[in-house]
Amino acid sequence: MDYLASIPRKVVTVYIPLAIFLFILLFPFYWMTITTFKSNEELYNYEDFSPFWVSNPTLANVYKLFFETSYPTWLWNTMVVSVAATFLSLFCAVCAAYAIERLRFKGARTAGLTIFLAYLVPPSILFIPLATLVYAYGVFDSNWALILTYPTFLIPFCTWLLMGYFRSIPYELEECALIDGATRLQILIKIMLPLAVPGLISAGIFAFTLSWNEFIYALTFISSSEHKTVPVGVVTELVEGDVYHWGSLMAGALMGSLPVAILYSFFVEHYVSSMTGAVKE
Amino acid sequence: MALQTATQGTGAQADSVGLAARLGQNRTFLGVLFMLPAATVLILLLAYPLGLGVWLGLTDTRIGRAGVFIGLENYEFLFDDSVFWLSVFNTFLYTVVASIVKFGLGLWLALLLNNHLPFKAFLRAIVLLPWIVPTVLSAIAFWWIYDSQFSIISWTLIQLGVIDHYINFLGDPDMARASVIAANVWRGIPFVAITLLAGLQTIPQSLYEAAVIDGASPWQRFRFITFPMLTPIIAVVMTFSVLFTFTDFQLIYVLTRGGPLNATHLMATLSFQRAIPGGQLGEGAAIAVAMIPFLLAAIMFSYFGLQRRRWQQGGGD
Repeated sequence: MDYLASIPRKVVTVYIPLAIFLFILLFPFYWMTITTFKSNEELYNYEDFSPFWVSNPTLANVYKLFFETSYPTWLWNTMVVSVAATFLSLFCAVCAAYAIERLRFKGARTAGLTIFLAYLVPPSILFIPLATLVYAYGVFDSNWALILTYPTFLIPFCTWLLMGYFRSIPYELEECALIDGATRLQILIKIMLPLAVPGLISAGIFAFTLSWNEFIYALTFISSSEHKTVPVGVVTELVEGDVYHWGSLMAGALMGSLPVAILYSFFVEHYVSSMTGAVKE
Repeated sequence: MALQTATQGTGAQADSVGLAARLGQNRTFLGVLFMLPAATVLILLLAYPLGLGVWLGLTDTRIGRAGVFIGLENYEFLFDDSVFWLSVFNTFLYTVVASIVKFGLGLWLALLLNNHLPFKAFLRAIVLLPWIVPTVLSAIAFWWIYDSQFSIISWTLIQLGVIDHYINFLGDPDMARASVIAANVWRGIPFVAITLLAGLQTIPQSLYEAAVIDGASPWQRFRFITFPMLTPIIAVVMTFSVLFTFTDFQLIYVLTRGGPLNATHLMATLSFQRAIPGGQLGEGAAIAVAMIPFLLAAIMFSYFGLQRRRWQQGGGD
């Protein structure tokens, strides 16, 4: 169809709208970034300085964030919780996806459907009863509260994604191994997992970013500053009274976004293809 | 269990090895075994809390005090609570407007990205950024963009001579509603666009070539080829979009905390406010439970919509 459209027409119908989309989608990040490096006098003075540019970049806001707040602790907590919840979920999801997709046991279809429905249960319905449970199990206000609850939305998601991936691995390979007398566990570990590495990576990245993003559980189950995650810490502790320190707030938002953005940029192709793959199923 | 049986007693060793081997062949046994880790977590921390939430909604539990069963009293109270009804109204407004705009703009962006463009992969990558970055952190950026004194939007519009005073984005009820919806749309467009783009790429090019030969206009090609072929994926994407918009919490919590005058309170934020800072766990749970029927309706709607579509196309399953 492209050959039908002349160049000037394509500029109007494609390039200009696309440029506007990109501008709007990226502007908040640009704004976040330049605010991070502005000094206070520049930040609130639109008369003498152009608001769209940084005249005298400073690291004062970043310095303040890392040395005068608990931000490093929050980063560390978010990292620990995300990594632990991701591994726990991947382990459960690999077993479940293999069982549903390959063992085809009685009730496998029902199990698959249940897992899918579990993904549709939103955290904003679950956080109140979970809070009472977290309290009853004695893990309230610790990293464990989050490591144990995040898998509730990570397992359904990862299982669903891995089911699609396992389906794409030829069944013949497994049949041969079965004839050679391999057990199901050996097949899973020695044949399926090595072949499913790309799927595992994308499920892992998804799980990691979802954990890094999570807010409502972390807000409800954590009360002390030393156990907060980045999103909760920034919102509840960097906002002091009526005076907002926009410089360090934006620095906190920027530094909290960078880890996922960097991780994602390395695996973007995986990410896009598996996201679209998961939806196509 | 297989291991236990295998190591039990020395006399019956040959027998139990046989049993273990037989169990190792049994699909149902193995299936249950492999499902065990996931099932344990999901039953203990998802199914059970879901039931517990429904139960809590029928009690007067407060933080630090176990409640007693009070039947439907929470719901009766909510029925007369104008703030609750306002939150229901807001939730619907937020969901309907944001979902429609996200769909429209997302589809447009997908169609734009489906053209032959330089740096295609790079474009797809940066388009997804708003979706990747933690919602709370981008919401803080929006908070700063919407600031009443230093909003860059107000400043630009004043410089352009469009307006003569700063807009109170988050302080005026209607403006605040529009602002939170805009931020939600901004975050949701990439997901809709990228998934629809994947759907677009599965449509065979030959259909378009045939249509062009038959003299179909671009609009006809969209109406009679693109849209019908895209329907299943649209149903899936929109179910997700509606579901997550309906139960949104983070964006509102950061931008307005439900204010001004409860104008942006969604059911999720009201539930949080009543339950955690307010301490009324039972009442908060009741508000959360009240969301379930709407969620089920959304799921059913898209499920049956999809089935009907397949049936129309003559497909079996």
